[in-house]
Amino acid sequence: MPQDEGTPGQTVRIGRRVFLGMAGLGALGVLFGSRVQGAVGSAIGTGLGGLLPGGDRFRIYSITGTFPSISPDAYRLSVSGLVERPMTLTLDQLMALPSAKLVKDFQCVTGWRVPEVHWEGVRLGDILDLAGVTGKAAAVEFDSYDGVDTESLTLSQAHLSDVIVAYRMLGGPISVSHGGPVRLYVAPMYGYKSLKWLSEIRVVEKPTLGFWEVNGYPVDAWIGSANAPTI
Amino acid sequence: MHGSEVRMRQQFETGDNDQRKILRFDGVERLAHWVNAAFFTALILTALPLYFGQVEALVGRRALIAEIHTWTGIILPVPLLISMSGSWGKRFRADLGRFGLWNRSELKWLRSIGRDLFVQSDKFNPGQKLNALFIGSSIVVMFGTGFILRWFNFFPLDWRTGATFVHDVLAFAIVVAILGHIFFALTHREALRSIFTGYVSRSWAAQHARRWLAEETHGSIED
Repeated sequence: MPQDEGTPGQTVRIGRRVFLGMAGLGALGVLFGSRVQGAVGSAIGTGLGGLLPGGDRFRIYSITGTFPSISPDAYRLSVSGLVERPMTLTLDQLMALPSAKLVKDFQCVTGWRVPEVHWEGVRLGDILDLAGVTGKAAAVEFDSYDGVDTESLTLSQAHLSDVIVAYRMLGGPISVSHGGPVRLYVAPMYGYKSLKWLSEIRVVEKPTLGFWEVNGYPVDAWIGSANAPTI
Repeated sequence: MHGSEVRMRQQFETGDNDQRKILRFDGVERLAHWVNAAFFTALILTALPLYFGQVEALVGRRALIAEIHTWTGIILPVPLLISMSGSWGKRFRADLGRFGLWNRSELKWLRSIGRDLFVQSDKFNPGQKLNALFIGSSIVVMFGTGFILRWFNFFPLDWRTGATFVHDVLAFAIVVAILGHIFFALTHREALRSIFTGYVSRSWAAQHARRWLAEETHGSIED
């Protein structure tokens, strides 16, 4: 070990040093990587930055084998359950409602984060008000066109101003892989709450476990505070 | 000493065309190499849809692929650990020891970032040693950060984001190192052959691994 170094003309054991050096860098990266990933991303530049690592990029999740492909013309959003006026909205009707624009991070529960994503859509609360929530209602369930994914929010969570039914993100219509033409975006919670390919909003008496919650994720997925399953 | 032996020693001295074979990798080392290569290939292939949205769009089933990726990574060290333990792992252990053992000319090569080519080569040249140390160490770092990503519940959010960052950046560095490894293998046919057959010729060793050849032949001449 170190005593070898002083001997002239002799060999030096650097194996352990290389290993400890890399392990140390790795540990530093885990502790402080969330602070430097943005800097690394912008240093790399926007062109290559889309492919090279920086951490700040979307991972595309799909539960089923394929992405549901829905043309904007064929898209329908139904609002049902404990409401006075059940409705089925076309994309045009949705886009005619007052729009909300947000610039907010997309934070996955597993760690990856895309900073300052541009979002545009309609506040979920506005849609619920339009349909007229009835007295017994306390929660909202969501279905996806993928046929498998489900989510839910309490009624008060659903009325937060940064919970939107989004039809634009990243400066354009929402792509199929990002859950287009219409997805949910629940800014204060982890990404799995932002259900993709939104097909139905159903007002109910109490929240039920969604797909990811059945798989062990927290129901109240507040970013930074929810770690372990709460139910 | 017989005349033929003298002639052979002279050939060795001049690095002449001595085609006698010497063992570079025994069966355990070769098997360990190829099993490890298969695991790394599986990890890289399953990483593609996890990282690139366009690939995920083609493949889908992210949860299944993530599970395969996770367990491949968890099992990867097992064949390596088995290969380096026991009486069968003696040569492998000796080679692992060589990776970390550098003499002055090799350190000079390292400090000159590869420009100082005056190296008295060991069984492995300093580039190969560096590659082996890097890949070996990176297994541990990828294992640790991968664990945080998979069992994130036990770690604060900042660590998860940091672990994602380290896992991503190191994955790219590993792919670059592996591509370099494959490039050098394909352009050095006799060295490449030895990871299949186990053997190199003495003339190859005289040219590429002179210090090692000296060690090996001193042993055999004593016999």
